[in-house]
This record gives sequence, structure tokens and C-alpha cells, in this order.
Amino acid sequence: MPEGTQTQYTPAEIMTIEAARRLKNGTVCFVGIGMPSAAANLARLTHAPEVVLIYESGTIGAKPDVLPLSIGDGELAEHADTVVSVPEIFRYWLQGGRVDVGFLGAAQVDRFGNINTTVIGPYDKPKVRLPGAGGAPEIASNAKETWIIIKQTARSFVPKLDFLTSVGHLTGGDSRAKSGARGKGPTAVITDLGVLVPDPATRELTMVALHPGITWEQAKASTGWELQRAETLATTQAPTAGELATLRDLQARTAKAHGTVSSE
Amino acid sequence: MEVKQERRSAFENMIPMTTKLMPLREAIGRFVKDGQTIAMEGFTHLIPFAAGHEVIRQARRGLTLIRMTPDILYDQMIGMGCASTLVFSWGGNPGVGSIHRFRDAIENAWPHELAIQEHSHADMAGRYQAGASGLPFSVLRGYVGSDLPKHNTNIRTITCPFTGETLAATPAINPDVTIIHAQKADRQGNVLIDGIVGVQKEAVLAAKNAIVTVEEVVDDLEAPMNACLLPYWVVSAVCVVPNGAHPSYAHGYYGRDNAFCKAWDGISKDRESFTAWMKQHVLGTKDHAEFMKSAGVTPPRERKVANA
Repeated sequence: MPEGTQTQYTPAEIMTIEAARRLKNGTVCFVGIGMPSAAANLARLTHAPEVVLIYESGTIGAKPDVLPLSIGDGELAEHADTVVSVPEIFRYWLQGGRVDVGFLGAAQVDRFGNINTTVIGPYDKPKVRLPGAGGAPEIASNAKETWIIIKQTARSFVPKLDFLTSVGHLTGGDSRAKSGARGKGPTAVITDLGVLVPDPATRELTMVALHPGITWEQAKASTGWELQRAETLATTQAPTAGELATLRDLQARTAKAHGTVSSE
Repeated sequence: MEVKQERRSAFENMIPMTTKLMPLREAIGRFVKDGQTIAMEGFTHLIPFAAGHEVIRQARRGLTLIRMTPDILYDQMIGMGCASTLVFSWGGNPGVGSIHRFRDAIENAWPHELAIQEHSHADMAGRYQAGASGLPFSVLRGYVGSDLPKHNTNIRTITCPFTGETLAATPAINPDVTIIHAQKADRQGNVLIDGIVGVQKEAVLAAKNAIVTVEEVVDDLEAPMNACLLPYWVVSAVCVVPNGAHPSYAHGYYGRDNAFCKAWDGISKDRESFTAWMKQHVLGTKDHAEFMKSAGVTPPRERKVANA
């Protein structure tokens, strides 16, 4: 880890950096677009140069120089180890059990790490129609484990999902294992406030760490259910100057390449 | 499937292969009919925009539109009233946000009601594979715990006869017409696709007819041995349409027009500005070249684009 910590950083930056740190070198990661992609590429550009990034467009071992706006950008194919078809990526590589970490974003998450990316409101008369499932239902039920990166607010951390798109720990306890889903399910939820992991028995998401300067009261108020916490809350390490510089370089290159469109 | 193959080869014998090359207007007029099931594929890459615009110009109605990732093109087709049903797995304007006409159709039934059949990517890919394979259904390890099967009667389960496992099963997709865009074809109509190939091969092989627009026709494709190549005898029409995937990209030819994708957000936000834009630039033009001129788009192949 580069030396020196930086005090000036945004909530989005520390969330991305904290997520990136968890990705080990050599891990095979199935990457969602947006924040998961930023974090996975930051890991690749810092401590994990041999992390294997797979995108659902069929790019295996993607090494984009700028963050892709879309999951199928040419940037992903250009430097990939290989490009396969979409049926192949989902059959051989995902359902075939080759993915270590499925890295997802979400619109809503519940206390068991189940995800909604489909609708806000009733399905047949939605208040907000969201993009839908994409690859997430099978990523969530076939990767060896999944991570979720999401801003923590009372609107996104809801007591009951409007729609369960992709499985987490279902109704807690051993319900996921019994459902036929493979893998451990969500093992970490990384937010702009800190980190949550499932309780070993109940599988309920439990706040285990807060980012520097974030209080437990803030986390509680930003959660739509009665949030559980570890007895001792850890504090995540503030971003280092090196991490921030790499992330900001990446974001600047991306903005330059894509015009004014943001990648988040 | 056997019946279909027989019919297809009989058709091939009757028509000289040179007829595979034809103008886009003729191909859409000949193969795309009201009420059909149409798949237009391209996973961010090689989206057949020019062909979709021609379907809009020819005012096809009551279509069941299939696409894994409906984005700006299907937004335009839905908003112009071409579709009665949408079969999909992810709908949005990548990197920008919502597609407003798609949302308005689902949330407010504008311009009319749009039925939706919603799946996941893994499932849609498998359904095309089943269609291309002549199988009645696709099986996958999917939808565990998801609410999607509750809202889509096409998502069912099957018990494995060997292991007893419960797996998801969904029907094969066999479109009346699949439409794709590719980089190039040769004079016989053999088509070469390069870069992110998506689900195009499966979508073409699953269809009764396939229309392919290409950037250019060449004497020799110089295709590597394992390239994604669709032989002329599995496609019904090959149409030369330079820049035909704009505002998406064609690997090796031009990059994605992100400025247009962002501008689309504003154009499509309200019904009036959307309708006026489509009338002026799509209905009011005769082909893709004229469309680009009218819409103020520099044809991307005349630009030097970094991420092509």
C-alpha cells in the first residue's frame, strides 16, 4: 500500500477504494457496470495486476485503459485475453463455476442482501421502471461469492424489496443453501458509510466497519430496517495518496475519452 | 427443425446467391411484416440502427420486439408505436440512464400498451441457443429466489432426469426475422463479425429469415479460421449501410457516439420533442445517410474516433 493517507476524498471515492482493496490478485471477478467496474479496475491498477476481469459482453481478462460506459464497449474487447459469445460467457464461464467473485450494484438491497434492479412500486404498475435483471440473477446464484457496492440510504436499504431480482441470503439462516443457489452469496456490502457482512447464523447484514468520520448514528439513520452492528465497529483505512491518484487518473482518462458522460 | 431446414435449402436452390445483396429498403419491405416477432441484436456493439429506422419508416405495427438489451433503438421503435410486446433482459441507455419512451410505455401505456416478457441475460442467451439448435426449450441454473418467474409464465422449472435437480426452463426463441449489423460481407453475402460478437450468431441461426446490414462489401473477407462467420446461405438479405450501427460502434471502423447517446436523454424525455425529432429526422428522410445529415451527425467513418 502506498504511503500517506489523504484527508480530502469523496464518499464515492472511499467506497470505490475500500471495495478495490478487497479484490485479491488472481481472483476471477465477474464485473457489473458502474461502481463495480471502477473498483475492479482500480484493484487491477494498484495491488492486483493479475486480477481477471470478466464482463457479461464476453470479454475475459479485460484490461480497459478507461472505464467502459457500457458493458459492451470496444475498450473491453481491445485488450482482453479473449472475447467469447454472450451464451458462452453465461454457460461455460459463469454457470460452469469459474467465477470467484460476482461484483454487483443495485437500486435496493434488503437486510439479507437480496437485490432489486427491476421496479420501484408494483410490477404491473411501477412507479419507476428500472433497467431490469441483466446478468445479475445468475451471477448472484452461481459465483462463489458476491459483493454488492451501493450508496447507503433509507431509500436503498429497504425493509422489504419492491421486487427481488437477484438472490442474496433469501430469508436468512440456511434458506439460501436450501434454495439451490450455489456459492456463499453476498459476503460483503460496501457502502459510502462503511462495510456490512452477513451474520454467520442469521445471515442478516451486520455493520462491521465505518469509514473515517462516519458515525454509527449516521449508518442507522441511513438504513430502512433496524440495523445490526458488530460489538466493536472497525474503522476503514482512509484512502492513500497513491490510491486516490490512481482512481482520479482513471476517472479523468475516462471523462476525457467519453466526453462529459460520467461512468457512474 | 427438419422441416425448417428443408424449406430453407429449397429456397436457396431457387434464388441465385447474388440476390442476397439488396438495398435495405427492399429487405425490410420484403421480410418484415406487421405482427411478426423480430429480434434486433447487438450487445452494445453493432446495433442495427439504420435497419430499425427503416422499420419505423415503413410503419410496421404490432411487432413483438426481442432484444437482450433494448436501448436507444428500441426506445425509438416503441415510442413510434411499432411494438405491442417487448421481450428483454435489460433496458437502459448505457452509461446515461433510463430510456424514457420504454418507461413511458410501461408506466403510462404511451403511445399504447406495451406487454413485457422479462428474462435475465443468461436465459435470453440460452433461449436463442435453443432456437438455433432446433430444441424446444433452454435449461439453465437460473432465477433461484428471484421474483421474475412470478411475473413471466414462460419461466418454468424442470427436474433433471439424471440428478433430480430443479432447474429453470424457458422456451426457445425463433424469430420471424433477426436483424443484425456486421463489419463486412463478401460479394456472395458471407458475413464476418469482429470484436464483441454478443448473441448475433445464435439469433441469426434461430430465425426464419435474417437481414444483415454491413459497413462494406469486400472481395475477400480474409477471415481467420475460427472467426465468427455467417455463411451466405443462412442469411436472407445483406445490405450495405455505412455507419449503420451509429450511434453504437463498429469495432475497427468507428467508436460509440457518446455525445449522441447523452443527447438522446434530452430529446426523448418528453413525448412532443421525441415525436418531432423522429418525424423530422427518421420519417422525413429516405435513408441512413440522409438521416445523419438531417440529425446533424457527422458520419463516424468520416471522423477519427479514438476508441474504435
